[in-house]
Amino acid sequence: MSRAHGSKLISRHLKKEPTDLEEMPVIEINTDLSEDVLNIANGVFSPLKGFLCYNDLDNVVKEKRLESDTPWTIPILLDYDSKVANEGDTVLLVNKENGVRALLDVEDIYTYDKKTLSQEIYQTQDENHPGVANVNNMKQYIIGGKISLIDSKEREFDNYNLSPKETRFLFKEKGWKEIVAFQTRNPPHIGHEYVQKTALTFVDGIFINPIIGKKKVGDFRDEVILSSYETLMKYYYLKERAVMSILRTSMKYAGPREAIHHAIMRKNFGCTHFIVGRDHAGVGNYYGPYDAHDIFSEFPDLGIIPVFFRSFSRCTKCGSVVNDKICPHDQKYHINFSGTKIREILKNGDVPSEDIMRKEVAETILKYDKPFVE
Amino acid sequence: MTEEKDEKKYTTISIPFQLAEKIKKRIEGTGFHSLSSYATYVLREVISGMENEDEDEAFSKEDEEKVKDRLRALGYLD
Repeated sequence: MSRAHGSKLISRHLKKEPTDLEEMPVIEINTDLSEDVLNIANGVFSPLKGFLCYNDLDNVVKEKRLESDTPWTIPILLDYDSKVANEGDTVLLVNKENGVRALLDVEDIYTYDKKTLSQEIYQTQDENHPGVANVNNMKQYIIGGKISLIDSKEREFDNYNLSPKETRFLFKEKGWKEIVAFQTRNPPHIGHEYVQKTALTFVDGIFINPIIGKKKVGDFRDEVILSSYETLMKYYYLKERAVMSILRTSMKYAGPREAIHHAIMRKNFGCTHFIVGRDHAGVGNYYGPYDAHDIFSEFPDLGIIPVFFRSFSRCTKCGSVVNDKICPHDQKYHINFSGTKIREILKNGDVPSEDIMRKEVAETILKYDKPFVE
Repeated sequence: MTEEKDEKKYTTISIPFQLAEKIKKRIEGTGFHSLSSYATYVLREVISGMENEDEDEAFSKEDEEKVKDRLRALGYLD
């Protein structure tokens, strides 16, 4: 099993509620930031103990590393529009939706050039890029400092939500030493199953880790993704070789940098390998199809092994799922696993061909009146 | 940007001249643009390997029971 990133799994939970909460300045944070707080507290973002201070941010932007030289590619930032506190103060972070309450020890209040941030993290300043749009919408000040979680409320899908501490224990109990992680935002088609099982062949177990949260119109709803995976695992995976739990975090669409970030989070869950597909965490045409593969060569000290997959399809000549390294046949024999096409078929209430999607999976999706976000 | 917070981020190390020449030849035509970038890569790799040799800290008995109970309740463990 991998050691936590930065060597130690972080836990930032307060055992006792402070008595002076009412005297503290309060910052209301949005749901995305509250997920960051929870991910810091639970060790998903180890070695971070809080939101980035200036030196760490500047190093992440310019070197793709924290000031300590530990690989880190995505800034985890708390922005705020007025100086509600001073360096040295403790403030209370609150999010009503998730019931998150946390203390923040303010270490640094600063500003950062948004154009530099966008250019370095997203490789563009185009406002049509969702990550750039988020940067442009950031408030004036950035507050850095360690957090301590007081509490949060129970939420939907908590029964699928394991912390890194729990997955590490689970993998150990299962006797898994090498674990490959698979990230997803969609129900599984045959191509996904091929990738997962190909990787699983060489390790002890697979950790299927769907990202749950903010969705676009037309995306599959979270419960549909989870139940379709449950069906696939029930019928086509060995129980002792596959585990699924969710990850609550927002997609940044930072392509190669985000691929590293995704790998780091899975390392913290205990995984030794991480599947990286074509245009991982990409959007539009901002990144090359294999930029998210190439970036891993910059991190010999990442501590998790990337497993690269190129595009794959079903070859009617081979009679199996193939990729461009193993199939000699012309494209005309290939059926692509197009997400858009699969969605269209399902939207019409039809079951896709078994060449593309398992019948049981399709039927599970079709049981929902509204499988897509409207 | 608060540039005054920038600090010195690099230092110089000495290696034998002959070794440096060998490395320069070795990295020709690779993704490494300088002796420094190659040395940094190799040293990071070595240090990372050494860190991984350490043992993970053990769970406390109380922690272990809590985690085990939750995993059982959720059906992850029998």
